[in-house]
Amino acid sequence: MTHSLTALDLAEARDGLTARKFSARELTESYIRAVEGARPLNAFITETPERALTMAEAADQRLARGEGRPLDGIPIAVKDLYCTKGVLTTAGSHILDGFRPPYESTVTEKLWQAGAVMLGKANLDEFAMGSSNTTSWYGPVENPWRKQSERHSGDNRPLVPGGSSGGSAAAVAAHAAVAATGTDTGGSIRQPASYCGIVGLKPSYGRCSRWGVVAYASSLDHPGPMTRTVRDAAIMLRAMAGHDPKDSTSAPVPVPDYEAALTGDIRRLRIGIPHEYRADGMPGEIEVLWQQGAEWLREAGAEPVEISLPHIKYALPAYYIIAPAEASSNLARYDGVRFGLRVEGESLDEMYELTRAAGFGAEVRRRVLIGTYVLSAGYYDAYYLKAQRVRALIAQDFAAAFERVDCLLAPTAPSAAFAIGEQSDDPIAMYLNDVFTVPANLAGLPAISVPAGLSADGLPLGLQVIGRAFDEAGVLRVAEVLETAAQFRHLPAFIAGGRG
Amino acid sequence: MSTDRMIEGRTGKWETVIGLEVHAQIVSQAKLFSGAATEFGAEPNTQVSPVDAAFPGMLPVINRHCVEQAVKTGLGLDAEINLTSVFDRKNYFYPDLPAGYQISQYLQPVVGHGRVVLDMPDGSAREIAITRLHLEQDAGKSLHDQHPSLTYVDLNRAGVGLMEIVSEPDLRSAEEAGIFLRKLRSLLRYLGTCDGNMDEGSMRCDVNVSVRHPGEPYGTRCEIKNVNSVRYVMQAIEYEARRQVELLEDGGSVVQQTRLFDVGHGVTRPMRSKEEAHDYRYFPDPDLLPLVLDPAWVEGLRVALPELPDVKKARFVSALGLPPDDAAVLVAEQATALFFERVAAGRDAKAAANWVTGDLFAALNRLGIGIEQSPVSPEQLGALIDLIANGTISGRLAKDVFAEMAATGADPAAIVEKKGLRQVTDETAIAAAIDAVLAREADKVAEYQAGRDKLYGFFVGQIMRATQGKANPALVNQLLKQKLIS
Repeated sequence: MTHSLTALDLAEARDGLTARKFSARELTESYIRAVEGARPLNAFITETPERALTMAEAADQRLARGEGRPLDGIPIAVKDLYCTKGVLTTAGSHILDGFRPPYESTVTEKLWQAGAVMLGKANLDEFAMGSSNTTSWYGPVENPWRKQSERHSGDNRPLVPGGSSGGSAAAVAAHAAVAATGTDTGGSIRQPASYCGIVGLKPSYGRCSRWGVVAYASSLDHPGPMTRTVRDAAIMLRAMAGHDPKDSTSAPVPVPDYEAALTGDIRRLRIGIPHEYRADGMPGEIEVLWQQGAEWLREAGAEPVEISLPHIKYALPAYYIIAPAEASSNLARYDGVRFGLRVEGESLDEMYELTRAAGFGAEVRRRVLIGTYVLSAGYYDAYYLKAQRVRALIAQDFAAAFERVDCLLAPTAPSAAFAIGEQSDDPIAMYLNDVFTVPANLAGLPAISVPAGLSADGLPLGLQVIGRAFDEAGVLRVAEVLETAAQFRHLPAFIAGGRG
Repeated sequence: MSTDRMIEGRTGKWETVIGLEVHAQIVSQAKLFSGAATEFGAEPNTQVSPVDAAFPGMLPVINRHCVEQAVKTGLGLDAEINLTSVFDRKNYFYPDLPAGYQISQYLQPVVGHGRVVLDMPDGSAREIAITRLHLEQDAGKSLHDQHPSLTYVDLNRAGVGLMEIVSEPDLRSAEEAGIFLRKLRSLLRYLGTCDGNMDEGSMRCDVNVSVRHPGEPYGTRCEIKNVNSVRYVMQAIEYEARRQVELLEDGGSVVQQTRLFDVGHGVTRPMRSKEEAHDYRYFPDPDLLPLVLDPAWVEGLRVALPELPDVKKARFVSALGLPPDDAAVLVAEQATALFFERVAAGRDAKAAANWVTGDLFAALNRLGIGIEQSPVSPEQLGALIDLIANGTISGRLAKDVFAEMAATGADPAAIVEKKGLRQVTDETAIAAAIDAVLAREADKVAEYQAGRDKLYGFFVGQIMRATQGKANPALVNQLLKQKLIS
């Protein structure tokens, strides 16, 4: 029973709960055991089993009364960047030691209102800065997938799950959560989704409230869902989305029924194939998969069209100026004065220095330094201002493309998952993981990663669909067609409680 | 430009050049970006939301009322209203700045160029240009005197909305700076956008001072930070200008620096030098969208503005016939103008002005209270003026009645009745009193008739005394003259 329950995707679990085939409590208990079983992955920083059971019982009562809500009894993991009232919230950082927020983030509050059950707080790169989930103060997360072809050659080192929402991706992939929340600043939902063989959706900027989500780079941070299927992403997004007056950048745009948008009908849609989405050293198999994806969409009646986004090549450098600039300011509040870690010093400045030196890891320090530098007098125009101009040009590129096409298809990442420690000594190589994901963040466009195939090593590879602002429905519709065509049924080496 | 404001140095005359940056706390129930209260004097850290304390994930949301207040102030300063403005972050570390940045407006303020017209003591008007007005958050308060080695932080003020109003370097003396600040405070109070209470810190001032020989380019300036009374601003300018003149005349040069005014010693001193020069790393706050105003909304605010002091003064002069000096005094404070207008309603405006600026001001001064606490209401003062106008009491006795009103708060009619001060207009009674006096002072009557005209006043005085001042002065005059001739 345990295996079969955790093997269900969100839509299946929801339908089973509604049909009273099993209770929310049963489902939740299975997941609590799965979370325990998945501890070797280090996907959770905090487990909240008691809270999960209390929430499940409340869901059961509503279901019994026939008053079930959209996510009633669905156990999920919450990226530990979302503030959860009374529950330790770390952002993967030492500097937030002991921080229990007196408030609940808007998105998680909406999820609880929809009946979801909280299993715990998922591990992540420190302050969401990273592409491998190796920068967390709470240790790296392991990808549940392992290479297959190299089993015999002895190189079967644990792989990164991608980042920064690596704990969320690993938990969903290993069936230790039905679904999870993630955040995507430069690819932090889509890239780990690709590495872990799951679906990750970064909505439009302003679609999901940032209120109560620990800020990395405010103009680029996007909360969004991570799920096993496109349908699950549609269900989750509907619960998470909506205008929030507490977030000035939240958009007053109605939230449609995304699940109803999954018609499978993409006939006559024009799909842009942006030829700039190619990186040096990108494996040929990713190129092949991309062409395959375009072919699947053509077979479904859509029309692939070659297009150009000429400024995309500047997206990564622009991102690595704007994001650190905002981060350097956003992270100034971690000063040891009001919450979290404090290391006493002889003077105020020394307290600041000791606290922040001890509290922040190397990658966070690197980005705070970069951000401080690019905003400094004399450098602002050359770096920050120029990067903002590039950002505007990239948005124009997309706008021009969307006059010709309805959405874009591209690879999610330039590689499959790599081994833990493999790229950690070279920050530039690490940043290159984000090369295909950052453009959608800079332009604030919805983008989804769908598992589309396996690498030669037997590792999942994702394809990405990018759409017009606030056209998540269109993006989800195309993604579902891709998902159906890809028939991705593979499971990772590690499934909590065993492969059932 | 008169030269009496110049500083006389060994090398000639020096002109002081002053620009002010006034931080005016916005009258608002809630803070600029959070719903926390702003009341003055609350227990420390009781008016703090997680937004004000910069807890993780908290986001600012602009308070519409504060924007309205800033726009109203801009309109009151006859300034350009920028329909699009941008909030920036000013980054620096300090424990009373919880986020590590202050949300302010740097390149695109909500209000642009404007002006303030000063009423100079010689009766002339002088226009001071306003560079800009922008919205920003206040910081919290660091308390260094609560513990020998620790600093305490009170975040009640953190996030309170401020308007920073910046003047051009158009002021030329401490006196002008004082007139400017009083005029600006008066404007803000008329508009209801800042209470102007400098002792509660609702209005604070950074003062930029430089000196030059007339006609030369601007000298190097020093900024005196956070001066919190008009008097201190004036003292600080006097001191700082002389310091710079002495420095320059001794062959030295002024170093651009930030200074503090030491109230106890009346001197300015360099601020404790922070090792590093501040680089605030301004950039647009990504948590806030640009502030976009609807022109129709701005127009609505313009139409609804109260009558401001300059316009009111002009009306007092042209419509009420008041001398400009009186009008200027009456409009300086809105409460005074309001009081005056209630006294003057349907009455002789000049008489009303005289009573308000004369006896009433004197009484309030003596009592050490403001016009809002006046023991004599405008209606009561008006009634007193009516009693004079209709001949019930004499102008002289009215002063006594007023003194009684100020002391007891009683109505003038009641005082007149109770004390029997009603003016005697009965000719027979007055004639009898005159006869009695002239009979008693027969010698002096003879002297008067021999040519000592000065004795006329003496007779009037004696008659008024005999009637306890109640005799109608005009009748006394008329009858006395007749009797002295006959």
